[in-house]
Amino acid sequence: MVSPLNRKLLRDLWRIKGQATAIGVVIGVGVMLLVMMTGLTASLTETRDAYYDRYRLADIFAPASRAPERLTTRLAAIPGVAAVQSRVQGRALIDIPGQVLPVQAQAVSLPDRGRPAINDVYLTDGRLPASGRPDEILLLQSFALAHGLHPGDQLNATMNGARRSFDVVGLAQSPEFLYTTAPGELIPDDARFGVIWMSRSGLAAAYDMNGAFNEVLLSLTRGANLEATLTAVDRLLDPYGGFGAYARADQTSNRFVTEEISGLVAAAIGVPPIFLLVAAFLLYIVIGRIVQSERGQIGLMKAFGYTDGELGAHYSKLILAIALGGALAGCLAGIAAGRALVGVYTDYFKFPFLVFQLEPSSFLLGIAVSLLAASAGGFMVLRQVFGLLPAAAMRPPTPPDFSRAGHLSGALGRILDQPSRMVLRRIIRQPGRMAASMLGIALGMALSVAMITIYAGFDRTIDLSFSVVDRSDVRVGFTHPVSTKTLFELDRLPGVVRVEATRTVPAVMSNGLHTYRGGLIGIPAGAELSRAIDRELEPILLPPRGVVLSSALARILDVEIGDVLDVDVREGRQPVLQLAVAGIAETLLGSPAFMSLEGMNRALGDTRRVSGAYLMIDQAYADDIYMALQNMPTVAGVSLKSQARDAFVTLMNTGAGAIRYVMGAIAFIITFGIVYNAARIAYAERARDLASLRVMGFTRAETAFVLLGELAVVALVALPVGAVLGYYLSFGIAAGFSTDLYQIPAIFDGPSHGQAALVVMAAAIVSGLLVKRDLDRSDLIEVLKTRE
Amino acid sequence: MNVGKPIAFRTRGLTKTYGEGRSTVHALRGVDLDIPQGEIVVLLGPSGSGKSTLLNIVGGLDNATEGTAHFLDQCLTEMSSSALTRYRRQHVGFVFQFYNLMPSLTARENVELVTEIASDPMDPDDALALVGLRERTDHFPAQMSGGEQQRVAIARAVAKQPDVLFCDEPTGALDSATGRTVLSVLRDVNEKLGSTVLMVTHNANTAAMADRVIHFADGNIREVIENKSKLDPAAIEW
Repeated sequence: MVSPLNRKLLRDLWRIKGQATAIGVVIGVGVMLLVMMTGLTASLTETRDAYYDRYRLADIFAPASRAPERLTTRLAAIPGVAAVQSRVQGRALIDIPGQVLPVQAQAVSLPDRGRPAINDVYLTDGRLPASGRPDEILLLQSFALAHGLHPGDQLNATMNGARRSFDVVGLAQSPEFLYTTAPGELIPDDARFGVIWMSRSGLAAAYDMNGAFNEVLLSLTRGANLEATLTAVDRLLDPYGGFGAYARADQTSNRFVTEEISGLVAAAIGVPPIFLLVAAFLLYIVIGRIVQSERGQIGLMKAFGYTDGELGAHYSKLILAIALGGALAGCLAGIAAGRALVGVYTDYFKFPFLVFQLEPSSFLLGIAVSLLAASAGGFMVLRQVFGLLPAAAMRPPTPPDFSRAGHLSGALGRILDQPSRMVLRRIIRQPGRMAASMLGIALGMALSVAMITIYAGFDRTIDLSFSVVDRSDVRVGFTHPVSTKTLFELDRLPGVVRVEATRTVPAVMSNGLHTYRGGLIGIPAGAELSRAIDRELEPILLPPRGVVLSSALARILDVEIGDVLDVDVREGRQPVLQLAVAGIAETLLGSPAFMSLEGMNRALGDTRRVSGAYLMIDQAYADDIYMALQNMPTVAGVSLKSQARDAFVTLMNTGAGAIRYVMGAIAFIITFGIVYNAARIAYAERARDLASLRVMGFTRAETAFVLLGELAVVALVALPVGAVLGYYLSFGIAAGFSTDLYQIPAIFDGPSHGQAALVVMAAAIVSGLLVKRDLDRSDLIEVLKTRE
Repeated sequence: MNVGKPIAFRTRGLTKTYGEGRSTVHALRGVDLDIPQGEIVVLLGPSGSGKSTLLNIVGGLDNATEGTAHFLDQCLTEMSSSALTRYRRQHVGFVFQFYNLMPSLTARENVELVTEIASDPMDPDDALALVGLRERTDHFPAQMSGGEQQRVAIARAVAKQPDVLFCDEPTGALDSATGRTVLSVLRDVNEKLGSTVLMVTHNANTAAMADRVIHFADGNIREVIENKSKLDPAAIEW
């Protein structure tokens, strides 16, 4: 037997189904986002860890020039080391049929017998190279797919200056190469960097590493001291040209994957609470309105002897029903969306399998947060219920007092007709309610503004990185630091308009406990093609001494201009330099550190060495230039800016950045929900006045003006307020979307604000039309008979 | 029936039902009625007898299920929604039990709300003077008593100089003294403007001021009484 109060509850829910649904949807998408994102990030983290674990990704990577194989026993003896795997690796160039430019690749050795103890490969197609077959190779699957290569194909590659032919016998993936980035480049691109695995003996022969290795991988026992082990490894490798051991956390591919996942986590933590807050606010307004309209019934029930507690529980149930309904729907939608997205991300991260992880805690959290938010809104309303005296509740309410809204005299009085006065007075007289509606819509506007400016922020990052900072067409990397004379050779090529030197040296920069493994980039004085620029987009004059850090790097290292950095160079003589921070550059891509090329060479004790060059070319000669570059023995790789730019755009549209579209869609749903609710509330509050107008002979359009005029004014006021809120909100969201690889700036972007305003206005118009439809259908007699 | 005066309203077989099948409710069961122009007509009867339904249909607020209703030569039952809006706008004034004033407009502005859209309205101040509220024109509803609010509602209804004034329980929410004042105002409007007044009420004593009293029962007219000796509203017992 359903109690009368519960039956009333069900009928009330049915009566306000439109609004209840709108609020439920707002709560639901907040919860959905939370469940989806936490499930997604948990699944990705679990999958990554399982993948690393199953294929034994190294804890420590230690490259060296050439170390004898026997050193491995001493490395294995270091306390905390569980396993050691030495290997040979080197740079290679792969010829792709039909493509002028060869593709850079890394060749990695596999043990002649058995699987690698560390950094195993996951064979996706074909078989492992047979022992004693130095001409058989495995190719990285993503690279092979990008170029349509399959087992059974033949491939030409240049290793250590010698051109050789190989048989592709299999395709593989590896936790080590989830992301592959060509040397000197920042952006992963499957097509432009390959990995070749082949037998240790074959590769050792190619790179003159018989009986030696140039990289050693270590796995550690549980609880091993990472720092101490790194130091110990460095000490052992130092005599053999060790370039500095580094931990898995600093490994490029892992760093990228981890950054992308934490980008998702940041978005998961930052955005849903905003949505839920908006929902709580809406619930407060709507339930408040219901209680207001039911004061007679509340008074009556109190007169019958219902306690405050029973009535409070009744209205609490109404609130909780809406919140719980929204939260449950949100959980289900979140699971579905999470499942759909996790598949996309599994492909994106190239995980060979998927550990789908439902986060039960995220359901509880989502439901708890939405109930809490709803209760916060509802609590204010319940105070009204408790405060009502039976007698007072049953008296007809006195009409709201508009006397303080003032008399409209003078010009305004003459211009305004009575319907306009009604609109205006209500706005003046009930600033609280109007402000609440306005704030609601402004929040919707803010969400839209923030999301759309984020889109513009992504564009800005691309534009700044590829049009302002880098103005070259082609970037050439040399096999080793070469004399500046090489630049003259480049300059003489027909079609080359301008050549600029650059030198990148790997280095570990540290300021106290803050360290960063990256590159120090030398730029010549008067550079035009690749520059360090400041906030005003003016080129920074690099001082002869000192280093200019990108703002991202300055943040990572926690340094300001004037601070001194320890720079541990991992090339050549590997000096440790003390460099003062001379400036902060505005870069949105990577976390580079700049030096004057002359200053760098002086600090390294080299004379006029360069590791690469930026070219500006005449596109008519492009193929000839690429051909010429391919035939220059010192050229290790050539990359085109247009390709890098495309790769970057792809990256931002498929990785953590892609979630911005999901969030944008959700922001629009919420904006619409808010505006629609505002319109419904305004209608509910005015239904009687509007019916009276209709009875008096006002047409539907004239009546709608009174209602929609108010909505229009509120929406128009909300636009600038929302624009300002959105501007501040966009800082939080931009930070959430920025990763180690790229930063997304929060920008004030006119068109974005315009688009957001259009979204809000479109929502207002559609909501207005929906409400007007109800107004047109309303039963005049019914409305007039009911006492407010 | 009195045939000397022109007929304002004529209904034939006017029927209104709600719902379908077994749950059908007959609010009006084929009402035939003629109401002469310029009279005060009081509709009496218990709740659910159909008097308000009739008022709503001839007032242009509701549709009939069957039958016809004419206002002068216009057939209300064949009018479109927008034609009914025009009808209410040009010919009809309404007074409700709960006043239905716009709280955001002053007394005068509430009246102006109607005079702005009427074709031949009175001066709003004159309309308020007619109901004895010349001094209260700049007050908002919240600053007035129930009786004063109802008089503003009447001023608003008469300001367009309507051909017909519909009043649904106009004194239902008022005490006796205020109720008499309101009834006097309605009588004055009837005499000065010549408007036909149709009043639905539960208060049988009100019938004493009417030219014609129509008793409703079970969705039909039980009795029509012409009142030869109208009482002054001030003399009505409450």
